[in-house]
Amino acid sequence: MSRYWVQRLGFALLGLIALAVVAPILVVIGTIVVEGMGAISWEFITAMPFDGMKQGGIFPALVGTLLLTLGTALVAIPIGVGGTIYLAEYARDTWVTRCIRLAIVNLSGIPSIVYGLFGLGMFVLFLRMGTSILAGALTLGIMTLPVIIITAEEALRAVPTEFRTVSASLGGTRWQGIRYIILPQALPGIITGIILGLLRAAGETAPILFTVAAFFLPRLPQSPFDPTMALPYHLYVISTQVPGMPLQIQHGTALVLLALVLSMNLVATIIRSYFRRRRQW
Amino acid sequence: MLAQRQAEAAGADWREFVIEALIRVLGFSTIGFVLLIFLFLLREGVPSFYKVPLSNLFGISWYPTFGLFGTLPLLLGSVLVTVTAILIAMPLGIATAVFVREVAPNWAREILKPMIEVLAGIPSVVLGFFGMHVVAPLIRETLGTPTGLTVFTGGLLLAYMALPTIISVAEDALDATPKSYKDAGLAMGATQWQTIWRVVVPAARSGITTAVMLGMGRAIGETMAVMMVTGNAARMPLSLDSLFKPARTMTATIAAEMGEVAQGSIHYHALFGIGIILFILTFLINVAAAATIFKKQRRGGLR
Repeated sequence: MSRYWVQRLGFALLGLIALAVVAPILVVIGTIVVEGMGAISWEFITAMPFDGMKQGGIFPALVGTLLLTLGTALVAIPIGVGGTIYLAEYARDTWVTRCIRLAIVNLSGIPSIVYGLFGLGMFVLFLRMGTSILAGALTLGIMTLPVIIITAEEALRAVPTEFRTVSASLGGTRWQGIRYIILPQALPGIITGIILGLLRAAGETAPILFTVAAFFLPRLPQSPFDPTMALPYHLYVISTQVPGMPLQIQHGTALVLLALVLSMNLVATIIRSYFRRRRQW
Repeated sequence: MLAQRQAEAAGADWREFVIEALIRVLGFSTIGFVLLIFLFLLREGVPSFYKVPLSNLFGISWYPTFGLFGTLPLLLGSVLVTVTAILIAMPLGIATAVFVREVAPNWAREILKPMIEVLAGIPSVVLGFFGMHVVAPLIRETLGTPTGLTVFTGGLLLAYMALPTIISVAEDALDATPKSYKDAGLAMGATQWQTIWRVVVPAARSGITTAVMLGMGRAIGETMAVMMVTGNAARMPLSLDSLFKPARTMTATIAAEMGEVAQGSIHYHALFGIGIILFILTFLINVAAAATIFKKQRRGGLR
C-alpha cells in the first residue's frame, strides 16, 4: 500500500474520530430539546411547583439560579479583573508570580464538590451565613475566578506593547494607560471570560448542594441570607430523589437549564468573533 | 481644560496609589483562596484522622452507620472510573486535536471548535441526566448487565467531560511546535501523515502530557454526572468484571451523604477527610501538569 493511501486512510480515520467526539453532543442537545419541548409553556416558566413538584412550574428554581449567577458576578468580576490586571500589567517574573499562577491552576483544578465543602466550612458554618444565596455566591465566585483570569489575561496580553509606551510617552501614568487605553481595548476579551465563568457557575450543582440549595421551597428568596431553589439542583432532585416524577417535567427542566447555559455560550462566542473581526491591530 | 487636567492629575496621585495597592492585593488573593480552602478542609477534616483508627479509615468497608469509614473502596472507585475515562478520552482527544490543528479544512474547524466549547459548557447534571435516561439503558441492553449504572457508564460520560480540556490544551501544544519542524519533515520527503506522527506530535509531547493530566484532574473531581450514572455501591472493585458493575467515587460519597450528617459527627469529619484526599490528589496532578508547562517555557528559543 503506498504511503499516500496510508495518509488518506489516516486522515479519514481522524475525521471519523472527530465526528465521534462531536456527534454525541448533538445527540444530547437534540434529545433534550425534543423530549423537553412539550413541557415548556408560560406556566412552566412562571409558576410555583406544587403537588410534590409533580405539577406546576420551575419559577423559584429559575429565579434562584439567576440571583445566584448575579451574586457570583458581583464577587468574581472585581476580584477576577483586578487580579488579571495585576498579573498582566504589574507582575514581574518572580517566584511570587509563579506561586500566583500555580494557585490559579490549582483553583481551576479543585473539584467542585470540594468547593462545596469549603463553602460549608467557611461561609455557612464559620462565618455563620447559614445556607444562603450569599454563601453560595461567594463559593461560586471563588470557583469562577480562574476561568475569568485565564481568559482575561490573554485579552490584556494581546494589546500591543506600543499602546503602553505611547500612553507613557504622552505623560500618562501607568494606571491611566491601563484605565483609558488597555482596558477598553481588551474589554471584549474580558467580557467573554466573565460570561464563560458565569455560565459554568450557573450550571454547577456540587458547590451549592450544602451552601444554598433548598430541596423544595415554593417561594422567592427575600434577601441574600435566604436559601433558594436552583435549576441544576432542582434537576438533580426531580430526576433522582422524587419517585414517580413525570418524565416530561424532568426533560423540560433540563431543557431550560441547557438553553440558559447555551445562550450565554452563544453570546460569548458572538462577542469574541465580532470584535476579533473589527480589531484594527 | 488644561487647569482641570492638572487638578485631576494632583488628585490622581493618591487615588492611583490606592487603586494600584488594591490591584496588588487582588493579584495575590488567589494564593490566599487556595490556602483558605486547604485550611478549612483541614479544620473540619483532620479530626477524622484521630477520631477514627487508621486501620478503619483505610479499611475496605464504608458503612458509616456501623462506624466503618474505610475509604479504600471509594478511592479505588474514583481511580477505576477515572482510568476508564482517560483510556477513552486520551485517544479521542489527541486524534481530534491533531485533526483540528493539522488536517481539517477551515469549514470543519469552524464547526468543530465551537461544538467542543459547547460540550465544555453543558452542565454536568444535564449530562448525568442524559446518561441516566439514554446511555445507561443502552448499556444495560447491549451488555445484558442487570443495571446500566456501571463504572463503564460513568467513565464514558467522564471521558466526554474531560475531552474539551484535553483537546484545547493539546491543540495549543501542537500549535506551539515550530513551523520549521514541519517544513523540515515535509522537505525530507515525508508525507503530511508521517510528519504529523513522527515530528509534530513527538515535539508537542510534553504539552500533550499536560493535556491528558489536566483531563484526568477534571475527571477525578467530577461529581454530579458520576453520582447519577455509576450506581453508588461502595464495594471493592477488585474482580475483572468490576468495570460493568456499580461503584462509588469519593466525590459522589461527599455529595450524597453530606446533606444527611449531623455537623460535628465523626461521619461529618470523615467526609471532609475525603475532601482533603481529593484536594491533595488534584493538587498533585495540577502541580505535575504545571511543571511540564514551566519546563517548556524554560526550554525557550525553539520557537
